[in-house]
Amino acid sequence: MQTSVPPPVSQPLSVRRLQLIRVALAPLTVLLFLLLWEALVRWQDYPAFILPRPIDVWHKLLLMLADGTLFRHTTATLIEIVGGLVLGLGLATSLGYVLAKSPLLNQILSPYVVALQSFPIIAVAPLLVIWIKASVLRTVIICALTLFFPALVNTIVGIRSVEPELMALMRSLRASRWQIFTRLEIPAALPVLLAGLKVGTTLSVIGAVIREFVGANQGLGFLINLSRGLLDTSLLFVALFTLVLISLGLYGAVSLLEYRLLAWKRVA
Amino acid sequence: MTPLLSLRHVYKAYGDPNDPLHALNDVSFDVQRGEFVCMVGPSGGGKSTLLRLIAGLLHPSAGDILLDGVPLRQPSSRIGIVFQNINLMPWRTVLDNIALPLELSGVGREQRHRVAQELIHLVALDGFAHHYPHQLSGGMQQRAAIARTLAHDPDLLLLDEPFGALDALTRERLNRELLRIHNMRGQTILMITHNIHEAVYLADRVLVLSARPGVLKCDFSIPLPHPSSEDLLTDASYLQWVRRVRGAIDDTAPADLPGPPQDQT
Repeated sequence: MQTSVPPPVSQPLSVRRLQLIRVALAPLTVLLFLLLWEALVRWQDYPAFILPRPIDVWHKLLLMLADGTLFRHTTATLIEIVGGLVLGLGLATSLGYVLAKSPLLNQILSPYVVALQSFPIIAVAPLLVIWIKASVLRTVIICALTLFFPALVNTIVGIRSVEPELMALMRSLRASRWQIFTRLEIPAALPVLLAGLKVGTTLSVIGAVIREFVGANQGLGFLINLSRGLLDTSLLFVALFTLVLISLGLYGAVSLLEYRLLAWKRVA
Repeated sequence: MTPLLSLRHVYKAYGDPNDPLHALNDVSFDVQRGEFVCMVGPSGGGKSTLLRLIAGLLHPSAGDILLDGVPLRQPSSRIGIVFQNINLMPWRTVLDNIALPLELSGVGREQRHRVAQELIHLVALDGFAHHYPHQLSGGMQQRAAIARTLAHDPDLLLLDEPFGALDALTRERLNRELLRIHNMRGQTILMITHNIHEAVYLADRVLVLSARPGVLKCDFSIPLPHPSSEDLLTDASYLQWVRRVRGAIDDTAPADLPGPPQDQT
């Protein structure tokens, strides 16, 4: 008699395997993108100011690397982005914590917070140009404003997500406010806070570029604006790709932080 | 001798002072050192409220709660509480969860880990010190929670239906272990349960609390041999006590309700 053979089970891909595929796929995607780009330019025969060839952009990049302009503008933008992140997150998490802990303050202040959110921050940029002299500070403020609201909401949600019974436990153990904050509230809110940080970094990049469109004399956003005037589309692409790299880098850094800090979640 | 715990005419009301919700009405009882006391009663009674009052998490509207004759105004390190829902910190290992009370009172890392390891052994979780709560079964998690409560060696252990969320077999096993720990360490235990069999099996005394407002209806001393053995469960006098306690709970039910909540066993 024939023994019954179990039906073939499709093996799920292991995590490691998936990661390998992802890593291998990235250069392929970039290559494919470049090839399509090149093909498009050749087929349509676009002039360089409409769509330069990839090789033109590459030459422009090398040139800008050599004379240090790319470095200078990238550093300027990066400082503004990080400054905005620090300022915006600092304010948003502290205010968020206070609002999460005090229902009264939350009721009093939330209309203003919502009003701030519905304010078109992009439209404030020209105002700041008039009001504030230091260009870097202006951008930092715009960056901070762009990410303020999402970070605030995230903090409130994170702190409110603390289990009431864990809070009762800490109180029954006579934990101090500081101990409750460091041993319970921060670790409990960390997953949500880190998710907010991820959104915050990308928003900060957007904030910085928008601000540099108006009245800045350095930065990648300034370069983009400049290239439009010069009809130097290669320059625009260099600036654009650098911005993408910054965004990816910051996002990657936060992901790495998340990976380290939330290691306990992965233990199966 | 002064009782370890005394409640003197304790009242607790919630909400609107003009239309208060009376959770506890004039509750008085003593718990002697080394006693194992179970509290039963219909759900919605003030049992959990009572436990939180004793833990110092709530304040009585009137009356006094005395620990060793001294009024209790805030949480005391001499009282430990195990909550109904298992509430370990998911980001801490079993070891660090159990060591938490010591960490909060400033005990050094090495010493608190040594104590925690001993407790891990006591609750039979050997080998799981460096596991995270989500890697353990519900029963194991609640054992860890009990071990955590034992960390600063409290005189009085408050248990709020600690095994309510667990399956019947796990529950039985943990009850036996609770008795073992009680006999080994001599801690005074005040435990809430819905399960009358469990109460009669475990306790030296069973208190029956009525539904809102919570009034202490009966205070039974259970003259059954302790430590209880498995044979007891079929013993006639044991079953008689179960019937008596149930009778007392049935009497507490308001007449306009369809009936008292039945215990599950």
